[in-house]
Amino acid sequence: MKITFQKSVAQNTTSQILVPIFAVLASLIFCAIFFVLTGKDPIEVYSAMFSGALGSEYGISETFVKMIPLALCGLGVAVAFRMRLWNIGAEGQFYMGACAATWVTLTFPSLPFFLMLPAMILTGAAAGGLWGLLAAWFKTKWQVDEIISTLMMNYIGILWVDFLVFGAWRDPNGKNFPLTAPFPAAAMLPTFGSLRVHYGIFFVIILAAVFWWVFKKSKWGYETLVIGSNPVAARYAGINIRDNVLLAMFISGALCGIAGMVEVSGVVGKLQPGISPGYGYTAIIVAWLARLHPFAIVGVAFLFAIIHVGGFMLQTMGMPSATATMLQGAMLFFVVGADILTKYEIKFVTHKEGE
Amino acid sequence: MADTPLISMHNIVKRFPGVTANDQINLELCSGQIHALLGENGSGKTTLMSILTGLYRPTEGTISVNGQEKKFNSPKDAIDNGIGMVHQHFKLIESFTVAENIVLSQNSQSFLLSHDAVVKDITKLGEKYGMSVDPKSYVWQLSVGEKQRVEILRMLYSNSKVLILDEPTAVLTPQETRELFANLRKMANDGCAVVFISHKLNEVLELADKITVLRAGKVAGCFERNDTNRYGLIEMMIGRDIKVGHSKEDQRQVLGETVLEINNISALNDVGTLGLNELTLNVKAGEIYGVAGVSGNGQRELAEVLAGLRPNTGGSIKFYGEEITGMSPKEIIQRRISYVPEDRLGMGLLPNLDACENVILKEYGTDKYSKGWKINKSAAIEATRAIVKKFDVRLGSIFQPVKMMSGGNLQKLLLGREIASHPKLMIVLYPVRGLDIGAIEAVHKLLLQLKKENTAIILVSEELDEIAELADRVGVIFNGKILGECSSIAMDTERVGALMAGIIEDKEDMA
Repeated sequence: MKITFQKSVAQNTTSQILVPIFAVLASLIFCAIFFVLTGKDPIEVYSAMFSGALGSEYGISETFVKMIPLALCGLGVAVAFRMRLWNIGAEGQFYMGACAATWVTLTFPSLPFFLMLPAMILTGAAAGGLWGLLAAWFKTKWQVDEIISTLMMNYIGILWVDFLVFGAWRDPNGKNFPLTAPFPAAAMLPTFGSLRVHYGIFFVIILAAVFWWVFKKSKWGYETLVIGSNPVAARYAGINIRDNVLLAMFISGALCGIAGMVEVSGVVGKLQPGISPGYGYTAIIVAWLARLHPFAIVGVAFLFAIIHVGGFMLQTMGMPSATATMLQGAMLFFVVGADILTKYEIKFVTHKEGE
Repeated sequence: MADTPLISMHNIVKRFPGVTANDQINLELCSGQIHALLGENGSGKTTLMSILTGLYRPTEGTISVNGQEKKFNSPKDAIDNGIGMVHQHFKLIESFTVAENIVLSQNSQSFLLSHDAVVKDITKLGEKYGMSVDPKSYVWQLSVGEKQRVEILRMLYSNSKVLILDEPTAVLTPQETRELFANLRKMANDGCAVVFISHKLNEVLELADKITVLRAGKVAGCFERNDTNRYGLIEMMIGRDIKVGHSKEDQRQVLGETVLEINNISALNDVGTLGLNELTLNVKAGEIYGVAGVSGNGQRELAEVLAGLRPNTGGSIKFYGEEITGMSPKEIIQRRISYVPEDRLGMGLLPNLDACENVILKEYGTDKYSKGWKINKSAAIEATRAIVKKFDVRLGSIFQPVKMMSGGNLQKLLLGREIASHPKLMIVLYPVRGLDIGAIEAVHKLLLQLKKENTAIILVSEELDEIAELADRVGVIFNGKILGECSSIAMDTERVGALMAGIIEDKEDMA
C-alpha cells in the first residue's frame, strides 16, 4: 500500500470548503489530546466553550462583539495581502483610528449624532489609512520592507494612545485613571436593546459585501490581483504599481481604522490603553484562513470570536487563558497544512514490489 | 559501442491528472553517443528528461544506470549518478552570482568553500569551451544567452556523465552553435552520453548519432543517424506534411507611411552600462523589420524603451510623428503599440491566473472589457473563447491557470491577445523560441497576416532563416547599435554573420 500525491488540475470547490472544515475538526481533536493529558474531559471543555459562547443571549452577544473588530481588521489586511503587501500593522492602524475618532468627540462634544458618527467614521478611517499609507510611502520611496515598518508602527500607535490618555486627554474627573472622558451619547453607536452587541455589525455586513464586489468584479480588484500574481506583468500591462501600493495600504489601514472607531464608539465609550487584545494580529490569521475571501473572513472571525469568548469560560474551569490561543494556533497549523489536500489528489495505490 | 548502455529507461509511464505525458517509453543512452530527442511541444520530451533527472518520479517503469536499477528520489540522486541537464527554462537563482549558482549544485566534500578557487576553475572551464562568463557577476545581470552558458558550465563543472541539453542552440549564434557542437562531440568522445533535445532538424541531422522521435507521449521511432532523412523525421514527428518556406513575392507589397522613427536612442541596461548606444531605425506600415543579432546586444532594451518600461538616456522615438519618448507603458499601450516579450510566463502572462484573466491583461480598463468600475466578465469570456478558437490554442479549460499549458500554446495565447488588440506597431522578441515546427509555422503565419493588415512589425530574432523568410528589411544589432541594414532579398548571410560578430569590413556599404 502506497500513498501518492498528484497535483490536481481543477480546484474543486467542494474540497475547498470541506477540507478546511475537516482541518478545524482535526485541530479540535489535536487539542483534545492536551486536555486529556491535563486531566480534563475534552467533551466537557468544548461544550463549556460552546455553551459559553453561544449558549446564552449574553454569550452570543459577546461573541458578536468580538467578531466585529476581527472581521473589519481581517477585511483590512486582506486588501493588502491580495497584492502580496504584508500589512502586519492592523493593530496600530486600529489604535490610530480609535484615537482620531476620540479626538472628534473631545473637540466637538456637542455635535448631533448624525454629524458626530459620520465625522468619527471619516476621521477614524483617515487616521488608520494614513498610518498604513505612511508605511507604503516608505516602501515606494526607499523600498523599506512593509513587514518591518508596519510592525514597528504598531508600537508607535499603541504607545501614542498611552501618551494621550496618560497626559493631555486624561479625564480631569476620572480619579486619575488613564482614561479619556466618556463619550457623549451622540458619539455612541446604538446597541441592540440592552445587549452589548452594537450597530457595528452593519459595518461588517456592508463592507464585506462591498469588498467581495471589489475583489471579484471591479477593475481595481483585477489590478491588485495582477500585481499580486506577477508584478512584472503588471508593469508590462501599464498598471501603476506605485500608486496601487499607496492606495491599497491606505484602504487596508482605513478599514482597520474603522474597526478602531467602531470599538471605542460601540463598546468602550472612551479611549483607554488596551482597547484591543490583539485583534489586529489575530486578523492576520483570520484573513489567511479565509483565503482572503470577504465572506469567509466574516465566518472565520465568528469562529475565532467563539474561541475567544469560550476561552473565558475555560478560566472558570481552572484552565489558563492561553488555551484559547493554543486552539487558534492549532487551527492555523491544520488548515494551512491541509492545503495539500486541495492542491493535490491523494491516491492509495496497492504497490507490488519485487524487492 | 559499450555493451551495457549507460542509461536505460524501461517502459516509463508518467501520468498527470488528465494526461499521460509519457506512455511506455524505452530509451537507451550509450556513452560516446549523441542521442537526439525530437518531438513537438507536449510530446513528452521534457517530462521524460525530468524523470531521468529526478525532478519527477515515474508512475511506472524503471531506470537503470550501468545495468543497475536505480530509484531517483530527488534531483540530487540523479546528479550523484552523473546525470546533468540544461533546462529550457533556466534553473538559476537570479540574486546569486554565477560562481555561487555553480557551487550550489555541487556535492562538495569540504564544509568550507574556496570562492577564489571556484572562480578560477569556472574561468578556466569557460575558456576551454569558449563560453566565457564573469563568475562574479550576478545572474540577473546576464542575458538569456549568457544564462545558458552558466547552465552548461554548471553541468560541465560537476563532471556529469550524462549531459542533457533542452533546446540548447535556441540562444546561440551560428558560430557559437558550431563551437557547441564541436564541444559536445568532444564530450561524447570523452565517454559522455549526450542527449540533445531539439526541434531543428538540420541540427539534429548534423549532430546526432541516434535519433528518437516522440509523438503524443509515445516513441514514434528510433533510428541510427544514417537510416533516416529530413522528411522521414518530419513525418514521424507530426504525422503530416509541412509546407516549408513562404512565397517571397506574396509578402512583398507596397509599404505605407513611416510608423516609427527611432533616432539615436540610448538607454542603460540592468547592469548600468549602455545597453542601447544611439540606435536609429524606422519602420513603415505593413513592413516587417528584422533585427538580427546575438542576444544581449540591446534587443531587450530596445523593446523595453519602446514599451515605456525602461527610461532612455538620450534620443527620441516618434510614432506617427508624435513624440512618445518617456511615455508610461499605459500611454504606449493606448497608442496600440504592442510588445511581445521573450519571457512569456515571466512578463507577458500571469501563470497562476486563468486564460480569461490573461486575455484582458492589457485592455481591462477599456470599454472592451469593462463598464465603469466593473470588469465585463462575459465580454472577457467571449473574447477568450474567440482567441482560443481563432488561434488554435489548445487548453483544458479557459478557467485553468495558464501555467499548465505548453510553450507553443502559451505563445499562441499571448500573440492572440496582442493581435486581437489590433496593434499599429508590434515589437516581437524571439517569437518561436522553444516552439515546435507546427507552432513555428502558425506563429509565422500570424505575423504575415498582421503585416497584411498594415501593422508595422519589428521582429527580433537570432535565426537568420526566420528573418530572411519573413522580413522586408534586416538590421543587425551589435552593442546597442544597428551596425548595418539591407533589404532581405539582398541579404548576404556571410555579411550579416560578420556584422553580428561586430566586424565591419566595408564602411561605404553601411549607408
